[in-house]
Amino acid sequence: MSEKPEKLIDKKGIRLDGRKPDELRSIKLEVGVIPNADGSAYIEQGKNKILAGVYGPREVHPKHLALQDRTLLKCRYHMAPFSVQERKSPAPSRREVELSKVIRESLEPSIFMEYYPRTMIEVFIEILQADGGTRCAAITAASLALADAGIPMRDLVVACAAGKADDTVVLDLMDEEDKQGKADVPVAFMPNLNAITLLQMDGKLTLEEFENAVNLAIDGCKKIYSMQKEALKAKYANVKEEAEE
Amino acid sequence: MASVVTRVKQKQIAQLMEKEKRLDGRKPTEYREIKVEQGIIERAEGSARVRLGKTEIVVGVKVEMGEPFADTPNEGVLTVNAELVPLASPSFEAGPPDETSIELARIVDRGIRESKAIDTEKLCIEPGKKVFVVFVDIYVLNHDGNLIDASALAAMAALLNTKMSNYEVKEGEVKIKSGYIQLPIKQHPITITCAKIGNKLILDPGLEEELVMDARLSMAIDDDEDICAIQKGGAGYFTPEQVIEFSKTAKEKAKEIRKELDW
Repeated sequence: MSEKPEKLIDKKGIRLDGRKPDELRSIKLEVGVIPNADGSAYIEQGKNKILAGVYGPREVHPKHLALQDRTLLKCRYHMAPFSVQERKSPAPSRREVELSKVIRESLEPSIFMEYYPRTMIEVFIEILQADGGTRCAAITAASLALADAGIPMRDLVVACAAGKADDTVVLDLMDEEDKQGKADVPVAFMPNLNAITLLQMDGKLTLEEFENAVNLAIDGCKKIYSMQKEALKAKYANVKEEAEE
Repeated sequence: MASVVTRVKQKQIAQLMEKEKRLDGRKPTEYREIKVEQGIIERAEGSARVRLGKTEIVVGVKVEMGEPFADTPNEGVLTVNAELVPLASPSFEAGPPDETSIELARIVDRGIRESKAIDTEKLCIEPGKKVFVVFVDIYVLNHDGNLIDASALAAMAALLNTKMSNYEVKEGEVKIKSGYIQLPIKQHPITITCAKIGNKLILDPGLEEELVMDARLSMAIDDDEDICAIQKGGAGYFTPEQVIEFSKTAKEKAKEIRKELDW
């Protein structure tokens, strides 16, 4: 383990990894990365490396869970044992159970659930490497995977956290800022609908700081949103090229 | 079957809300009556029963000695668990904790932990070796909506009521002395939950309101009137404007409840 840094932001307002307070980490998005899945996506955000795969709509298992008027959305957020400094047991922790639930609830408003009654759609998220903000990066990738699976959606869901490091409200917290910062506010957002679909917070913020953090997170979401759309288009540009060959 | 009944009521609830009214006659920002009793379980180091309308929660606190976490060697440990016992609702089943009870426990945990309600440094006996571990067990005894706020209140009421054994360290040995010491409390977080039905927000949703709501949002407010924990739940969404509006409502409501409880 590395030593704890004294300050997360230097006198010039620059963060440990050289970013300004309102700057995102570098992001790489790729769509259609798992051949077996109906839809899939991969995201790298800072040192986060996350895969999302979607299966469905398919038969509900076990059958009694089937809903008569809409599809059943299931979600599993899971961290690989090697994704963090100290090996994490592969059994689902309470944190993973909670995150699976809030991620599912962040994606559900984007899907036309009533189009596929008596079926289920499953979203599987594997955190290969964690670097702070995994739930947000996972949502960004999972929404792309749903779009890649051809599920009819109202909008893409994109997520990004803001928080407070030392005394500054900052965007897209990395691991050290997440652990030693004063607050973390993950936000998932559908830009076309002006809808927040996930909102959590821990730490301590005044109402004014909270409002700033939410607005900053939404700005970050909007930037990632355009990358999401590019990544989707890039896949179909490839498909088109292959078809023409 | 509750969901069938509420399908019929859904329209009624929505129509009432257009007129700023609710099924039980409450105003949009009005809470049900809060009743707090402390020290109801003698065997527990701390306990409380909270009634929020017909929702009833009992919290028992046990304090034991244990090991600290490696990254916080000088601090005691807080563990929160929630049981949705089957006698409390026809929708609860016996068995291992499901995502609802895990989420409930983690929301209550976050409110207490992030507000630094317990002075965990005072729970250290021997740094890195021995600390007090505080177990907060939430028992839902009747589910009539808004388990989050009721459980958070009950947990805090039980912690305020918690006494732990007095001890002394002699030649590296921990010895229990007679008498008790009060669990050191620094903050009194109060969690406020709203439900979004249609495009309106109501506080302290009852069970029928919860069954038809699009989404809920909970905020824990500390003694300094800052926000220390938030959780959105449910399959719907909030606009950014609604979130900011609710943060102000939650601050005011927390102030009101704090005054009422004299916390």
